[in-house]
Amino acid sequence: MVITTSINFFGGFMKRITAYIGALFGMVSTNAFAEYSLNMTEGVTSVSRDIYDLHMMVFWVCVAIAVVVFAAMFYSVFTHRKSRGAKAANFHESTTVEFLWTGIPILILIAMAIPASKTLIDLENTDSAEMEIKITGHQWKWQYDYPEEGISFISNLKQSSKDVINGSDEDRNKTNQKDAYLLSVDKPLVLPVDTSIRFLVTSSDVIHDWWVPDFGVKQDANPGFINDAWAKIDEVGTYRGQCAELCGKDHGFMPIVVEVVSKADYQVWVNEQQQAAESAAASATKTWSEEELREQGESVYNTNCAGCHKKDGSGMVPVFPAIKGSEIANGPAADHMKIVLHGKGGMPAFKMLGDADLASVISYERIAFGNTGGVVQPSDVKSAR
Amino acid sequence: MTTATASHDDHHHGPEKGLMRWVKTTNHKDIGSLYLWFAFTMLLVGGAMAMAIRMELFQPGLQLMDPHFFNQLTTMHGLIMVFGAIMPAFVGLANWLIPMMVGAPDMALPRMNNWSFWILPFAGGILLSTFFMDGGAPAFGWTFYAPLSTTFAPDSTDFFIFAVHLLGFSSIMGSINIIATVLNMRAPEMKLMDMPLFVWTWLITSFLLIGAMPVLAGAVTMMLTDRNFGTAFFDATGGGDPVMFQHIFWFFGHPEVYIMILPAFGVISHIIPTFARKPLFGYSSMVYATASIAFLSYIVWAHHMFLTGMPVAGELYFMYATMMIAVPTGVKVFNWIATMWKGSMTFEAPMLWAISFVFLFTIGGFSGLMLGIAPADIQYHDTYFVVAHFHYVLVTGALWSIIAATLYWLPKWTGKMYNEKLAKIHFWWAAISVNVLFFPQHFLGLAGMPRRIPDYALQFADFNVISSIGGFAFGASFILLTYIVVDCIRNGKPCDARPWEGAKGLEWTLDAKAEYHSFNKPPSRELILQESQHS
Repeated sequence: MVITTSINFFGGFMKRITAYIGALFGMVSTNAFAEYSLNMTEGVTSVSRDIYDLHMMVFWVCVAIAVVVFAAMFYSVFTHRKSRGAKAANFHESTTVEFLWTGIPILILIAMAIPASKTLIDLENTDSAEMEIKITGHQWKWQYDYPEEGISFISNLKQSSKDVINGSDEDRNKTNQKDAYLLSVDKPLVLPVDTSIRFLVTSSDVIHDWWVPDFGVKQDANPGFINDAWAKIDEVGTYRGQCAELCGKDHGFMPIVVEVVSKADYQVWVNEQQQAAESAAASATKTWSEEELREQGESVYNTNCAGCHKKDGSGMVPVFPAIKGSEIANGPAADHMKIVLHGKGGMPAFKMLGDADLASVISYERIAFGNTGGVVQPSDVKSAR
Repeated sequence: MTTATASHDDHHHGPEKGLMRWVKTTNHKDIGSLYLWFAFTMLLVGGAMAMAIRMELFQPGLQLMDPHFFNQLTTMHGLIMVFGAIMPAFVGLANWLIPMMVGAPDMALPRMNNWSFWILPFAGGILLSTFFMDGGAPAFGWTFYAPLSTTFAPDSTDFFIFAVHLLGFSSIMGSINIIATVLNMRAPEMKLMDMPLFVWTWLITSFLLIGAMPVLAGAVTMMLTDRNFGTAFFDATGGGDPVMFQHIFWFFGHPEVYIMILPAFGVISHIIPTFARKPLFGYSSMVYATASIAFLSYIVWAHHMFLTGMPVAGELYFMYATMMIAVPTGVKVFNWIATMWKGSMTFEAPMLWAISFVFLFTIGGFSGLMLGIAPADIQYHDTYFVVAHFHYVLVTGALWSIIAATLYWLPKWTGKMYNEKLAKIHFWWAAISVNVLFFPQHFLGLAGMPRRIPDYALQFADFNVISSIGGFAFGASFILLTYIVVDCIRNGKPCDARPWEGAKGLEWTLDAKAEYHSFNKPPSRELILQESQHS
């Protein structure tokens, strides 16, 4: 196992080095690698453009200062050297130049501070919002709530990415734009274009940070507190981002995808979601067969649990316990529901999932992997909450 | 061995023989060496973790480790480098150099000096032992934000807290010792404004340490009670506030980054005048700039927290205060260049390190200025742009000055000269590879790669592979550095008491290898003035 891993690793290493040396000499194309960029995105909101302009302004000021300062330094290094017969002068003080090189930087800084303050005041002002989205960070997924429309769902890293994390380079390179590796989700946030949106950002466990570079929005999600940010998105499209604050094991695996659609398409989507929510509510009250529970449970398990407990329930002992043969999955259902609902130590709480999803995943854990705990119904979960 | 009577009459007796010399020593030179070797060992340990991190990031996907272990590595890499390598290395330099520079026979509190060193290996050992505990080592980043480090942390966190307390004791005792030495043991004829810059910067750094370390101790104590005794300082469900943790942490953390760079400024202010054969330009403005930076460092902490939901007035204040730091820092850089100007420069290895310090640290300073612009920080925060920034100031800043200082004063410590040719090869090797390592990380951050992730989207692959190759080359350069230092100690050619033509300072008036007990008689006013940095 270790040996194969290292062979794969060094195989990849050699291939990449060859590709790079090739690319340097323009002989081999590196089409296996996705496009890269050197600079910050300009984005699609007024705030992101202001930030970009500010970034470029400060950058060019730094470049200009660097050119002057380093030119002086390297001129001195090349000219005032002993090997060229330079004799050392003995000056070591000048109030005039000290005054100048204190004063001039202060003026430059003031010139930078003015536009920076304007942008800051603008981006912190969320008063003109036309709609609100509540964003809740969980270990390790995002929950989106549309309070006005009564829509709520969870957004996870897409299965197509999960499948190739431990796979080969080829597998990952096969992921296309739609399945962008580590940057695609099972259910994206959908937003209307040309609408001023206030994001209310919070967390249920640790600190997360909701970041979409194209919107110029990056906001810490603090448990117990609500932060806000805003965006008015100018262009229809798909925008991707990631959690930006270290939030535990799968911090690198909780992407953000936002589909920005026309206002009409948005209305259609809202109606669909509302209907889907109604039928989901109906199914939560019925009694499920073992087969139904197993089928849905497996998919919920693979999305939420397999990251730590593994697809075959073997876990990663001693950090993440095995489900297979565990005392909890084979013991009383009440204890099992409690730990899934409320978490324990490193295990996050999953109470944000619906009753049907929870009942099916708990049942799956109790009847799969050779376990014999027996199933639970959505109504059991509801009363255990 | 001379007769017993002779050696008793002689106050210049040498060190004890055997291993117990190092356990029991109260000699500032011995303790300085202990600190430096400890720091170097920790540098290699932390460096090994960095190599593992760069291997995992060599290509997309998870190849070598699971994400939980990756987080343990990034956390421990940061902690070990900050508390185990950079800080002890500077204390080691202070121990070796400050008594010699101020004409004192030893540190003011020699027994406490021994204790402040010997705490360190135990603290470091406790910290590293967490790797072998159930649930693994701390995995919440070196900034250990609550509640990830409290409610959601592995059991080993309590050991981490204890280790941080111990490191704090050590630092506080070390800084009290430095303040007492500089203020009370200085040669009576030496005025404050006669002191060399390294002494000045360390005096100011000591006050930063005394102010900042207790705040860190407070933060970890609150963590300890939150974790074990039912308090809720940082837990919103009990009425606490996780953001308060960040305020307390950065009230320590921002002075801390200046603790790691002010002594570096001191070192560079010695090396550049020596090899330019010209007095330091603007001695007094250097002292005032150092003091201003130290003062400002206490009032800018929340620029690490622009995204936590601070009120806009707070953000504006912290942005302005942060931008102000560019002024005294700029003054320092300008003074160094004015020192070189119209000098008669030669480029021995310490000078190469010093000049590249000025160049690369300034690049780190520019990215720091960019990060200080609050709205732009929205896009930079927690990306590889930040990683590039702080590695430019800490690796090509702090670590660079430590290597420069080691080569510059090694002849005084050993009485022997290192191999100049190898040292130059090592310099170019390290200076080129470190830029291959860290420069592309600016691009990664701007393109949107978050920090502290074990795996990344495919568009980040190109620069990560370049960065990793640079990392492996940079890591390997330390094998050569080890050889250069060991070779100097064992086989170096004996050198003069003042091996550098333009060197000034009381330490160069001692024997080629500084006597085990130096300055039993304080230097005269004449000698002090002759060796001062501003004559």
